[in-house]
Amino acid sequence: MFGRRFAYSLLFSALMVGTAHVQVAQAQVKVGVVTSSTGPIALVGIPQKNSVPLLPTTVAGKSVQYITLDDASDPTATVSAFKKLITEEKVDAIIGPSGSPNAMGVIQFAAEAGVPMLAPVGTAAVVLPMNDQKKWVFKTTQNDDLIAAALIEHMAKTGITSVGFVGTADPYGDNWLKVFSEQAAKQNIKVVASERFQRQDTSLTAQSLKIIAANPQAVLIAAPGSSSVLPQTTLVDQGFRGKFYQTHGAALPDFLKLGGRKVEGTILAASLMLVLDQVGDNHPSKKVASDYVAAYEKANGSKPATFGANVFDAGLLLERAIPVALKSGEPGSPAFRSALRDALEQVKELPATQGVYNLTPADHSGFDERGRELITVSKGTWTLVK
Amino acid sequence: MNLQIVMLLGQDGVTNGAIYALLALSILLVFTVTRILLIPQGEFVSFAALTMAAMQSGTPVRMGWLLVALALAAVALDLYDAARGKGRWRPRGAALAMLAYAAAVTALTGLVPLDKAGVAVQALLTVALVVPLGPLLYRVFYQPIAAAHSLVLLIVSIAVHVVLVGAGLLMFGPEGARTEPFSEEGLSIGMVTLNSQTLWVVAVSLLLIVLLYAFFERTLYGKALRAAAVNRLGAELVGISPEIAGKASFGLAALIGGLSGILIAPITTIYFDSGFIISLKGFVGAIIGGMASYPVAALGALFIGQAESFSTFWASSYKEVIVFTLILPVLLWRSLSHKGAEDEE
Repeated sequence: MFGRRFAYSLLFSALMVGTAHVQVAQAQVKVGVVTSSTGPIALVGIPQKNSVPLLPTTVAGKSVQYITLDDASDPTATVSAFKKLITEEKVDAIIGPSGSPNAMGVIQFAAEAGVPMLAPVGTAAVVLPMNDQKKWVFKTTQNDDLIAAALIEHMAKTGITSVGFVGTADPYGDNWLKVFSEQAAKQNIKVVASERFQRQDTSLTAQSLKIIAANPQAVLIAAPGSSSVLPQTTLVDQGFRGKFYQTHGAALPDFLKLGGRKVEGTILAASLMLVLDQVGDNHPSKKVASDYVAAYEKANGSKPATFGANVFDAGLLLERAIPVALKSGEPGSPAFRSALRDALEQVKELPATQGVYNLTPADHSGFDERGRELITVSKGTWTLVK
Repeated sequence: MNLQIVMLLGQDGVTNGAIYALLALSILLVFTVTRILLIPQGEFVSFAALTMAAMQSGTPVRMGWLLVALALAAVALDLYDAARGKGRWRPRGAALAMLAYAAAVTALTGLVPLDKAGVAVQALLTVALVVPLGPLLYRVFYQPIAAAHSLVLLIVSIAVHVVLVGAGLLMFGPEGARTEPFSEEGLSIGMVTLNSQTLWVVAVSLLLIVLLYAFFERTLYGKALRAAAVNRLGAELVGISPEIAGKASFGLAALIGGLSGILIAPITTIYFDSGFIISLKGFVGAIIGGMASYPVAALGALFIGQAESFSTFWASSYKEVIVFTLILPVLLWRSLSHKGAEDEE
């Protein structure tokens, strides 16, 4: 009899220890990260995955655990990764995915589960127009219209009135054409030709011929990564001598390496990361960005592309929002996740690697003109346009 | 649209079409000899281009490691076959020789600074790295299932393609690369300047086609391959080894693919996954040839190159749609004109 009671009490205490242990586990914040570190957009996903170890691991006394999954650039795999993170890992927030189509497909799942999602993707469609689902999404990249405004301002100042457009046949190119045409029309700049291409195309001769036939003063190329080079070199080879504009998609070291002499004089607008040493010390982002670049280089042996910095910024946003949300609930609870979302929306004047965040209920990207610099290629290096 | 634009577009179409024609020929060759649709054909192209680019930029050439890994797998498979009593007990020298070769090439590319070696040496080394990939792929993935239904072979082909694309990402990274042109000068004919790279592509393609013709018409090995293509069982009965035939056709395909990669690398930016779409267009050419006729396949591929070039000019957003829709009337025409003639399977 005594023996059995002893056994019960042992079992009971074991259960107690067990639940205590579970409570300890809940005391840490869990963040899921979904990147495309393999597949066609691996060039975006790899620096993002490499940036995860640099994210803050302790916030307000709570440890933060990151669970990283790869979606192989496949939107269907993104959905399963999100579902896994939400139902099995019970994460408090998700950073990712890498691609715009991938992000569009998971918004509803993040919203249904009430998990804030910090998307380091290019397209503004994930946060605009704002609705009940998209209010769970925050975007850690500059909106296209912010970058486009800088380019158009430069065009207007230098007297350019006709522009040819070459963009990729994907959401990135689509959105750029839309945003750019709208803004350019207001400045009386005409888009006289618009041509599209695929990243893997082996020849852009036909598109360039058509652009040259339209005889624009300048050409804007909207393509992500190193695919932004081929249109420009082809146009130069065929004798186009006008001005070249590129988007922030071209802001990576390979652009200079692949383009060589033919990209000299290109104008683009992007975050300050390319021209860190030329930006004044009073820029609020300079220190954050330099520290990030140094830490990334130490860990990976190469400088990060801006895509990685977008993930790092997501970490900074969480670092600011988690202490506020902790007042409303324990990590792992719906109350905490909802408070985290509200706190993210209230982030003001947060200096990060890409610029300064000022989020509002209407603007979940939150960059202003401090999030872009006008940059040109001079003597084979990125140079700040003063 | 004036004459100059037509000439430039035509030149562009011929350049791409020549590459597609080479790939169409090698896809056809492998298919007729082994019944395998060589989906990974495009990887030979992209691997060669990226290996060459890696040599020129002085970054480590990791291609050799893939060869070493595959050669190790081949040796292991030989041992496994021998252990199960299927293989002959005499030592299989071929697999070991391949392993030694792979190790030697890997060491060579790892130790010798290649960025100053000159285009010819780089091209030769690239070919030396890519060609063994063909026989090795056949040995490791296809030889154990050589007698399977052609649908199984196709599924394995797709799997090999996916694995190779992943390996390409590991070896070359996600960014695209481009090599330096062989020569800068162009040839002016009237008002049109012929790009020197175009001349290279056309010249090498023609040379390869002539050499292939001579190989199949004049040499014993070539005739043996043709025999295997015409009737596999009959060829086996008269002593032509299907293994050798398979490896030889894969080796030729890798050689053609590798050369195409070296030719196309200075013209365009190649990514680790670019090969597939290039070889797919070669495949369309091969289909136009009914997966049987070499000259028609080559002409079909040239036609695809032209169609691509001109459709890009008129409607760049719909270019791939137009090019791949072209296959429909061809299939329709073939199915109407060849009633029941392709019942071999």
